[in-house]
Amino acid sequence: MDAAIVFLPLIGAIVAGLFGRLIGDRASMLTTCILLTLSAVLSWIVFFDVAIGGNARTVRLFTWMDVTGFSFAWALLIDQLTAVMLVVVTTVSAVVHWYSIGYMSHDDSKPRFFAYLSLFTFFMLMLVTADNLVQMFFGWEGVGLASYLLIGFWYKKPTANAAAIKAFVVNRVGDFGFALGIFGVFVLFGSVEFAEIFPAVAGKADAQIVFLGGEYHAMTVLCLLLFMGAMGKSAQLGLHTWLPDAMEGPTPVSALIHAATMVTAGVFMVCRLSPLFEYSEIALAVVTIVGASTAFFAATVGLTQNDIKRVIAYSTCSQLGYMFFAAGVSAYGAAMFHLFTHAFFKALLFLGSGCVIHAMSDEQDMRKMGGIYKMVPITYAFMWIGSLSLAGIGIPGVFGLSGFYSKDIIIESAFAAQTSVGAYAFWLGIAAALMTAFYSWRLILMTFHGKPRCDEKTLAHVHEAPPIMWVPLVVLAIGSIVAGAITYSVFVGDGMAAFWGDSLFVLETNTALADAHNVPLWVKLLPLGMGGTGIALAYWMYMASPGMPDALAKRFKPLYAFSFNKWYFDELYDRIFVKPAFRLGFGLWKSGDGAVIDGVGPDGIAAVTRQLARRASWLQSGYVYHYAFAMLIGVVVLVTWYMLRSGG
Amino acid sequence: MFENVGVLSVVTFTPIVGALFILLVVRGTEEEVARNSRWAALWVSLFTFLASLYIWIMFDPATPDFQFVESVPWIPEYDIYYRMGVDGISMFFVLLSTFLTPICILASWDAIKTRVREYMIAFLVLETFMIGMFCALDFVVFYIFFEAVLIPMFLIIGVWGGPRRVYAAFKFFLYTLLGSVLMLLAIITLYHQANTTSIITLLGFAVDPNVQTWLWLAFFASFAVKIPMWPVHTWLPDAHVEAPTAGSVILAGVLLKMGGYGFLRFSIGMLPVASDFFAPFVFALSAVAVIYTSLVALAQVDMKKLIAYSSVAHMGFVTVGIFAMNEQAVAGSIIQMLSHGVVSAALFLCVGVVYDRIHSREIADYGGLVHRMPRYAAVFLVFTLASIGLPGTSGFVGEILILVGIFQVSTWICALIATGMILGAGYMLYLYRRVIFGELTKDNLKSILDLNAREIAIFAPLILVVLWMGIYPLSFLLPIEVSVAKLVADYNAALAAVADTTSVAVR
Repeated sequence: MDAAIVFLPLIGAIVAGLFGRLIGDRASMLTTCILLTLSAVLSWIVFFDVAIGGNARTVRLFTWMDVTGFSFAWALLIDQLTAVMLVVVTTVSAVVHWYSIGYMSHDDSKPRFFAYLSLFTFFMLMLVTADNLVQMFFGWEGVGLASYLLIGFWYKKPTANAAAIKAFVVNRVGDFGFALGIFGVFVLFGSVEFAEIFPAVAGKADAQIVFLGGEYHAMTVLCLLLFMGAMGKSAQLGLHTWLPDAMEGPTPVSALIHAATMVTAGVFMVCRLSPLFEYSEIALAVVTIVGASTAFFAATVGLTQNDIKRVIAYSTCSQLGYMFFAAGVSAYGAAMFHLFTHAFFKALLFLGSGCVIHAMSDEQDMRKMGGIYKMVPITYAFMWIGSLSLAGIGIPGVFGLSGFYSKDIIIESAFAAQTSVGAYAFWLGIAAALMTAFYSWRLILMTFHGKPRCDEKTLAHVHEAPPIMWVPLVVLAIGSIVAGAITYSVFVGDGMAAFWGDSLFVLETNTALADAHNVPLWVKLLPLGMGGTGIALAYWMYMASPGMPDALAKRFKPLYAFSFNKWYFDELYDRIFVKPAFRLGFGLWKSGDGAVIDGVGPDGIAAVTRQLARRASWLQSGYVYHYAFAMLIGVVVLVTWYMLRSGG
Repeated sequence: MFENVGVLSVVTFTPIVGALFILLVVRGTEEEVARNSRWAALWVSLFTFLASLYIWIMFDPATPDFQFVESVPWIPEYDIYYRMGVDGISMFFVLLSTFLTPICILASWDAIKTRVREYMIAFLVLETFMIGMFCALDFVVFYIFFEAVLIPMFLIIGVWGGPRRVYAAFKFFLYTLLGSVLMLLAIITLYHQANTTSIITLLGFAVDPNVQTWLWLAFFASFAVKIPMWPVHTWLPDAHVEAPTAGSVILAGVLLKMGGYGFLRFSIGMLPVASDFFAPFVFALSAVAVIYTSLVALAQVDMKKLIAYSSVAHMGFVTVGIFAMNEQAVAGSIIQMLSHGVVSAALFLCVGVVYDRIHSREIADYGGLVHRMPRYAAVFLVFTLASIGLPGTSGFVGEILILVGIFQVSTWICALIATGMILGAGYMLYLYRRVIFGELTKDNLKSILDLNAREIAIFAPLILVVLWMGIYPLSFLLPIEVSVAKLVADYNAALAAVADTTSVAVR
């Protein structure tokens, strides 16, 4: 059964991918949808067996590689942590599959789309069931591939193609760190299998590792390298630039991959590797700071975006930041709790906005929407549920929407950590909570209220989504409302220790999550107050006095531009990485290979005299690549000399 | 005299016998000759492949010794024998050669229209020389095969190549000439040291450490050009561009591996002290190669050149792995060479598919091919991903083993070459996007046809091997591992022995 959960989606992908044309659209869609639903049902059975029944287990398939100690297998590790991920991934994926039948009804390559969706689910399941770092890396890069294929699904659009490449390459930057981290783990522990590493961590708590010429605290170096991978996949500050662009993909993809599942892989990884992270205070502090900064940064950008999907994308980025700083203060249960609830309400928001886009004849710009709430009442209700949950609204002590519980426990944990980084995370988290509520209602008000700003033809066309689209959303809506209340006690409350078992590890001195239940009342109420304020503010600015946003934007132009242009990260990276790489490549090709190597080498021998004259002219030309080339040779000599001296 | 002749000789010489057959027996009108030559060459190469599978099946992965050893006196007074044999290091290169040759012949089926008979003969002769080179256990035999390989290759580029074929062949020649001369001198010197040309004997012979340095440099001159290493790589892009598709396939698939094989067998195996001394130098050159050629690949406008530069970058990984000298890295290098042999061959075949239809290699002449050629787009994607080392493909296994190996030797070099992972994804996906995606606007592409049955038959086995090596690499790692373990152990023992003698001398 464990294997079936993972491999049913793969079978679906193969059937739809290879034989889609043969069996037709309908058969491909039904095959993938039914297989995934089956996988989701099995996942819930396994969830109750493993998480409630406590039957953690590992199914070994066969050896993957084995070279003198560097040995690991294809295996399915199903413990409590995996079980939570299994239900999140397969449930959301099944919903998205069914929804896509409606959403993609006008598309002419449906089998390909469903094959990619199922393939993605397979890789994601391989990721969460990995019992070693290399298989995790397999799933990790595999979901990256699926993401690449789905972002670029509409391959006629140049922007979609560019976004797809950007997503893959930026993720590779993170994976570069991940890979080095894996090698470091192997050097330190002599294994990459969790079952071998985790018991050995305590014994190596103070071990040192030589890395890039210096000797450092091993666990810190390893965790920071591995965390670099998590930053890439989960779009954390610095490596986040691909996520907003990824919205070029079809909306179901944004819901499944870029909100509910793939982007949370980084959070999952930190939780999975909690036995490592717990032994490095510095790494945990970095995780906290990066998470908190991202939560704040993305929220500020979300305030001013006009594309409905981009607002939600930045919101995702911001919420992932919350999960990371929860993990950073050792509140892994809280991080996983928010991951779980977020999957429901964020997928709901994305799919809801998909219904809006569908209704508005593929319009995504909120400035061209408005005044349609009566025409799409079901979608409107779903967006309210999702936004209320995202903003963390509830009545303390009585009942709250899912996000209310998970976000509050994170913010309280940051407060309860009683450290300076915890305080940093707490205050940024509070600020982000205010902005989250604000942009969520800005989105609702701009999209559904006010006067219609679209043209007549579009307006006449506005219609409620068909049942195949909204019925699956009911599952997500229910999750967004009650999932938090139901699972609160097992994820972060009294049942926590029994529920998580050995799958999460926390040092006894790190008690933030336990202490979070005993924070002062004002800490408990502040996030809710911020949420309410944000909603009120949005109402005031976008309903009561509609001229306000423009006036403010003019008044604080630099601030507005800074937020609107996403803090200029794209421009900066383009200027310092992308363009120079191409320019350098061209220069090295023409001048390095062409003028210098061939010039001195084969062509030179052929025409010594001509060459002499040319050589004289390069010396005078001062062309920068010749110097660059001379430098490279210098580097070779220097590195060789350095390594010879230090004996490697 | 033939009682010692075994399966290796059969596999080695079947192709050349087939070539003779085509030369002497095939007669008729031009069209008949062409058709019969094609079929004859295909059957001969397929038979050779099947025979070579026998080697793999009968190969005993438990022993590091040479297997299927043959020894026939040739010039016994100088201890020169016709000696053949394979171990875990060379066995798969033989299979790679026999695997790619029928694919090359199929790929040339329609593309080669002039002098078909001569072309097929050249390919079969080339196959014999390649296999012989990897099987040779006598230095003289090895040298003959090693140099002889170049002759059919020159002809293939020079006769059936593109417009600048003379320049390319000349460049290739200049580079290899110097290396060959120096290698010959090195072989003679080795003979004077050990009084034998038996490779097995020489592998156990401790060459005077002072002489090792010079011998190492002489071998290096030859192998560094072949593999090729930066900065002696510039012949490769030109040779690839001018070569016909199948020529590129063999060039990238097998000929580059002669350099890597040479490093493993001779530099590491016979000259451990010098190899250890020069390892940092090789690392530095390789790290530059990976970054430099990856950047250059980004800027290419010609598909074949782009793939050629990516080959140099991939070979940079290989040279790092070989000289890192631990089991993971060396096994990784061999896997990486095999994987690259299949993947780059397939990528050149992918270029060949559209070149046959449109007669252009310019990236700018394509775009939006997925609309007309969905099967082609899928196949191209698989090899693109294998080239950037996606886990689950063969490219990943080699890369990760090399990286985990070099990490234990130098984290700096590991981090530097690992940037190749990022840049590789950049240039390959950028290529894929420009060729496959986008709107299909060019008029001459509007009627382009998708892969036909022959082309699918070419790509199917290649995809199978890429996935097999990626998902269950153990089939390949097990036979390799034992021989690699022995190589590493001997290497460390030789270094330890030298360290002992020097410390005694100091005392």
